[in-house]
Amino acid sequence: MTHIRIRQIEEKVMRGVMLVATLIVLGAVISILGTILIRGCKALSWDMVSKFPGKEWNTAPDGGFLNAILGSLYVVIPAAVIGACISIPVVFYITMYKRRRTGVSYIIRLAFDVLYGIPPIVYGAFAFLVMVGVGMRASVLGGIMVTVLLIVPMMIRSGDEIAKTVPDEMVDAVYSLGATKWETVWVVLKHILPGMLTAFLLAVGRAIGDAAAVMFTAGFSDQPAHSLSDPTATLPLAVFNWIIMPDPFPGRAYAAALVLTILVLTLSIASRVITRRITRLNK
Amino acid sequence: MTQKATESLVVDNLNVSIEGQPILKNINVFFPVNKITCIVGPSGCGKSTLLRCLNRLTENIDGFTIKGSVLIDGQDIVTADDEHLIELRRHVGLVPQRPCPLPMSIYDNVAYGCRIHGMHTRKHEMDETVERYLTEVGLWDEVKDRLRRPATRLSIGQQQRLCLARSLAVEPDFILADEATSALDPISSKTIEELFVRLKEKYTIIMVTHTLPQALRIADYAVFLYLGEIVEEGDASQVFRSPKNELTKRYLSGLFS
Repeated sequence: MTHIRIRQIEEKVMRGVMLVATLIVLGAVISILGTILIRGCKALSWDMVSKFPGKEWNTAPDGGFLNAILGSLYVVIPAAVIGACISIPVVFYITMYKRRRTGVSYIIRLAFDVLYGIPPIVYGAFAFLVMVGVGMRASVLGGIMVTVLLIVPMMIRSGDEIAKTVPDEMVDAVYSLGATKWETVWVVLKHILPGMLTAFLLAVGRAIGDAAAVMFTAGFSDQPAHSLSDPTATLPLAVFNWIIMPDPFPGRAYAAALVLTILVLTLSIASRVITRRITRLNK
Repeated sequence: MTQKATESLVVDNLNVSIEGQPILKNINVFFPVNKITCIVGPSGCGKSTLLRCLNRLTENIDGFTIKGSVLIDGQDIVTADDEHLIELRRHVGLVPQRPCPLPMSIYDNVAYGCRIHGMHTRKHEMDETVERYLTEVGLWDEVKDRLRRPATRLSIGQQQRLCLARSLAVEPDFILADEATSALDPISSKTIEELFVRLKEKYTIIMVTHTLPQALRIADYAVFLYLGEIVEEGDASQVFRSPKNELTKRYLSGLFS
């Protein structure tokens, strides 16, 4: 067999491997989305997303899970705002003030890598211990705290990666005009804004879908939360709780999963659209 | 606002090492005022490092240590505190190797430096400044109808002239150019070269170049660096046409690069 023939076969085999791998991933996505869509649509009704659980909720179709939808939003929206307020300055600190690969910047980055790798259930257990220590019960506030813990390492890690794409020439150009580091941050921010926004929305998307962290901290309740100290249902925990219960709960679990998926997909699509729009304005 | 003047730039016994490796050794040079000084030498001889030391853009280099002084009109930028560093850097404009417009409009790119220094605070003053410096680099007619468009949409050659206009707008005394034409096409390179020749009436220009013919065309003064040391310096015509040092002769005849 000629050398050129061997190279052609090699090319075809490798392309085949890539195609199969892509099909496996696509197949998984389609089957997951398909299952949620088919089973979720069958169970979902307007009442489910617009009403709180009624008196007969545990045995009959009475009310909906608006409490879980609102609960997820009550937990995630403040956590996202607090998370962004903490993460963005950290990203700029390690990008602008610790740009050189010193021991300090190495330790900071390693610490956030470790935090990023910790499973959400461990964050949940840690937050639960703290809550027990200070005599706090499962509540919206507990959920917010643990979700902040989840969002911060995700945002910092992706933010740091995005900030590394800032060309040194740009930073030098701003410095050479006589700018301070703080003034330079603003120029860098304009450059990395689309990426940071994507990182933020993806982190929020992951946090809103995580059941393990809020299991101990936000609790679960059929009643809507009226204050930060009330326990609240959240969508991922609703799915987790209901899927193993007798009818009519599994149907509701798929309906809740469908709502959750729509929320996460909306965040993903929004991040892509916003990123594209800002990039177009910048470039 | 400081008066536009021909200040002096002197490097005095400068020693630089990166992660313990000496990069520049005992550099002493006085850059002649209102002239184009070309720093030439083979790859890795420390040309760009020397240029970066002149406005202390060395702080992000890992393991960087510097000894000696770089005196800008008598003030040492090497030991300057943050406050003085900002002011000293304003006197030393930089034209990078690759054009790097800031992520903002053409107008804002030129106005940015003035804004951070609180120069030309009235709108009509800023408009005049932007027009003056875009005209100075020969870009005004090409961009006057799209000043609010993102600067990244300009061609590479236009971007490089914009970077020059941005540097000039903060009224520096010196312009540092680090292989400023290496990323450009021949026509854009010629435009930049002609600009430098014109601008030397007002500014002291120090450029690093890898292209000997370019140095021959535009340099008034030449510094030949080899392995971090100045081997020869002097009037460009003397250094390039009748070099005294054997290494310079070999470099100029193309025996190494």
